[in-house]
Amino acid sequence: MKKNIVSRVLLYLSLTVISILLLIPLLWAISTSLKEPSQIYTEHSPWIPNPILWTNYTEVWKVLPFATFYINSLIITIVPTIGALISSLLVAYGFARFDFPAKNILFYAVLSTMMIPSQVTIIPVFLIFKSLGWIDTFYPLIVPSFLGGGAFNIFLLRQFLMTIPRELDDAAKIDGCGSFDILRKILTPLLKPALATIAILTFMGHWNDFMGPLIYLKSLQKYPLALGLRFFQTHYGGIVGGTAHHNLLMSAAILSLIPCFILFISAQKYFVQGIVMSGLKQ
Amino acid sequence: MKLKKREAILGYFYISPWLIGFLIFVAGPMIASLYFSFCDYQLLIPPKWIGINNYVRIFSDDPLFMKSLWNTLYYTVGSVILGVIGSLILAVLLNQRVRGETIFRSMFYLPTLTPAVAMAILWGWLFNTEFGLINRTLARIGIQGPAWLYSTEWVIPSFIIMSLWGIGGSRMIILLAGLQGIPQELYDAAEVDGVNWWTRFRYVTFPLLSPSLFFVTVTGIISSFQVFTTSYIMTSGGPANASLFYVLYLYRNAFEYFKMGYASALAWILFIIVIILTLLQFRLAGKWVYYGGQ
Repeated sequence: MKKNIVSRVLLYLSLTVISILLLIPLLWAISTSLKEPSQIYTEHSPWIPNPILWTNYTEVWKVLPFATFYINSLIITIVPTIGALISSLLVAYGFARFDFPAKNILFYAVLSTMMIPSQVTIIPVFLIFKSLGWIDTFYPLIVPSFLGGGAFNIFLLRQFLMTIPRELDDAAKIDGCGSFDILRKILTPLLKPALATIAILTFMGHWNDFMGPLIYLKSLQKYPLALGLRFFQTHYGGIVGGTAHHNLLMSAAILSLIPCFILFISAQKYFVQGIVMSGLKQ
Repeated sequence: MKLKKREAILGYFYISPWLIGFLIFVAGPMIASLYFSFCDYQLLIPPKWIGINNYVRIFSDDPLFMKSLWNTLYYTVGSVILGVIGSLILAVLLNQRVRGETIFRSMFYLPTLTPAVAMAILWGWLFNTEFGLINRTLARIGIQGPAWLYSTEWVIPSFIIMSLWGIGGSRMIILLAGLQGIPQELYDAAEVDGVNWWTRFRYVTFPLLSPSLFFVTVTGIISSFQVFTTSYIMTSGGPANASLFYVLYLYRNAFEYFKMGYASALAWILFIIVIILTLLQFRLAGKWVYYGGQ
């Protein structure tokens, strides 16, 4: 019994220590983001800033077109997320509920695209968008999502659809529903948890994307946060000397991760479910 | 018969977004990039067929190729081995019927939510030689910290350490789900037999968890091999190309030097490496992954 208590204490102790260790980089960034420069570049920089400069968080919006970056990020994240939802839903429905020649081969093709590193296709895809005159527009970052919506998402929705009994479809069909109405009125409401999972994972993926915007966007007013932060870092205090503004850089970085944190906290259940599903595709 | 045809047309109609996307953005580009890899293609001049010259040059006359491949392998081996062990430890700890599991799990997951660019900025600051938190803490216990990102020896270990920040991420959640899927009766039986925790882990947990471990290892290798953003932002491949990773080198050839043919050849080599690594994993899986009885 005594041994049990000791091991319990050790367990919670190690969990707490690990949590703190993992949070330190974030806490240190928050601490730095609230300091004045004189407190940053010294060997005894304190954990608690004195004074606490909340104004760093308003300053960021002035030294940079930070609001523009934020809006751009939201556009190139939300629109593709909607595209991926609609498109993967249609495709998954096609694979789950209809019979057509070469269906299995095509579904294997869907699955095998998950293995292809994007670098293999990136150059020709870039050339396609270039020939369309879409460089420095949002189209290259948005349009592909409407065409397929991601192999994993299709797979996930198809798996969910397979578990919904076909009798539901048949009953609706007898009531005179067309195939699209069945999807829209009967199946989509049942797929809500899976759709929430897809929405969240797709949102995060696009919000974090760096290489896509780096390749396609050229002008500052089109930059999303990822590129804006990079720009800020190279111009206002990168790692290599220069004028140092690490407090502003850190507050910008913190501001960029807020939407992901909010999303995670508000929809944790769907999040975990989606990740576990991704582990099941073996 | 007519009904069947109608169903097929509807089926194709519904999958048509994917089919179009697949042809335009996957199948077509794959063929094109394979073709470009046999061409001299400098973007402004049309591609010119040069046979296997790009590949010959890559393997015989490009020290940066070998360097970037080596750097990437080093990083991949370090980050995947340590990362999987780290995630496994966290998952095992969380699986002890912990009160407040959700809270701990959320805290473990927070680092993974940080966008790569923000993460690069945070860690660049932690690794700062002079004012960074890491070296300051080391100095307090009397250790002179290395120059981390400025040191050719320490730059890849730095990236590996940074990657370990994500041990509480998706990988851990998959492993935790795997652990929770192990029937309690097996542990009860082990308890009755009075075995110690290591034997229990070795003969109950490990074999039953091996499919999940296998999955996170394969996906971990594939994604580590494609590391790009952090090295682009934190070191630009430096110092002296010591952190020039494969995809960064590929990116430079394609979008900075506009050597589209050469970069396509690099991309296909990457693709083949990823396939070989994956197949190799599946081969090895026969030796340690247990797929019985479920």
